[in-house]
Amino acid sequence: MGKKIHVSTTINGEAVEFLCEARQSFLEVLRDTLTLTGAKEGCNNGNCGACTVLMNGVPVDSCLVLAVEADGAEFETVESIATEEHLHPLQECFLEGAALQCGICTPGFLVSAKALLDNQPEPTEEEIRFELSGNLCRCTGYDKIVRAVQTASERMKEVK
Amino acid sequence: MRDFEYKAPATIDEAVTLLAERGSEARVLAGGTDIIVQLREGLKEAGLVVDVKKIPELMSLTWRDDGGLDIGGAVPCHVLYNDTKVVNAYPAITDSAKIIGGWQIQGRASLGGNLCNSSPAADSIPALIVESAACRIAGPEGERHVPVQEFCTAPGANVLTEGEMLVSLALPPVGESSGSRYMRFIPRNEMDIAVTGAGAWLRLGEGGETVEEARLALSAVAPTPVVADEAQAWLQGKPATEESFAEAGDIARKAAAPISDMRGPADYRTHLVGVLVKRALNGALGRARGGDRNPVTPSGINLC
Repeated sequence: MGKKIHVSTTINGEAVEFLCEARQSFLEVLRDTLTLTGAKEGCNNGNCGACTVLMNGVPVDSCLVLAVEADGAEFETVESIATEEHLHPLQECFLEGAALQCGICTPGFLVSAKALLDNQPEPTEEEIRFELSGNLCRCTGYDKIVRAVQTASERMKEVK
Repeated sequence: MRDFEYKAPATIDEAVTLLAERGSEARVLAGGTDIIVQLREGLKEAGLVVDVKKIPELMSLTWRDDGGLDIGGAVPCHVLYNDTKVVNAYPAITDSAKIIGGWQIQGRASLGGNLCNSSPAADSIPALIVESAACRIAGPEGERHVPVQEFCTAPGANVLTEGEMLVSLALPPVGESSGSRYMRFIPRNEMDIAVTGAGAWLRLGEGGETVEEARLALSAVAPTPVVADEAQAWLQGKPATEESFAEAGDIARKAAAPISDMRGPADYRTHLVGVLVKRALNGALGRARGGDRNPVTPSGINLC
């Protein structure tokens, strides 16, 4: 066991402190130490995007962030997307449109898609496909995911 | 992954001292998108990881008095392509920044890291070369400057010696009537490593019909990114036309000495040099004539 390092960070708006080894990824600490198991370990090398979280507002693969780098940073994980009462329109549309099968990629897609719609509320199909290219899905063939994001974009526009 | 010590110094001097003290067991951490994978997979080892992102010079974009730009070595790609001034000044660089990995990688990965990883297939290196970028390197003996085209020495190797680190990339001021473009061929639409890549920069002569000066650089066709010397010299004074660009592409193939691997056979890569050089020159020409400078995706749409 390596020496433990103390880290102070903010996750989903709450101040969080933890101890970790320098070699540990932020994903490892999220899942194993903080039991925030929404972010998934898919490839663990930055290809699949299943572990996507927002770090200081920017989507990153949490498997490629050292937990020690979290000190002083702010994170949002998939756990922050729904409220106590309501799913986010993206989550509703993923469910209604069957935009998932095994579900391992879904948290990453939701975090990326929310970041996309927050930046660009009405993306074209091509923009959705390009901006979500860092998230891989081996089940759906992507079409249902793209359609779910399009439907969520329309639904969010109506709500406004 | 084996454990290591982690330090995040606040100044270049502190970082250089740590790197010099620990020698080959020290590794620099910028965006981490290569080094963390390499450490995890046992391709590299580290006794000490030096995170350089707390050093202000490494994380800043600084427009100099002469009109040029210093890009901090650890500035992530997304900062570059979301900055309109950078996109307009050095579009080949932002073309490359927009296609290195996906959004999540671009949130962390830096041009400095892409350069120091020194892959022959790195997308940003040909772009940096054609934009005439120079590396500002700090080390125990002081500071030195090396043109990007002289930085890489072999696959995964470069001119940095023990104790040295890349601080920033210095770009010259942008002249009139110039434009640039980087493009690559990959069998997917996104998220892949170049089979071949080409960067082109040109400046047009008076009237905008002839090439006054051109620069061409290639990736994934030699042990390091290479400059297509003969082709860029040939272009000087030629009409800025598709015919000239096709011929420059043919000449540029001579600069390619590729290997055959899982991404493509050598003769195919050499063929691609001709196609990509021609297309990159066309893209650079459009921009030199005032066309859109935003990064272009393979499907041809602008996203910024």
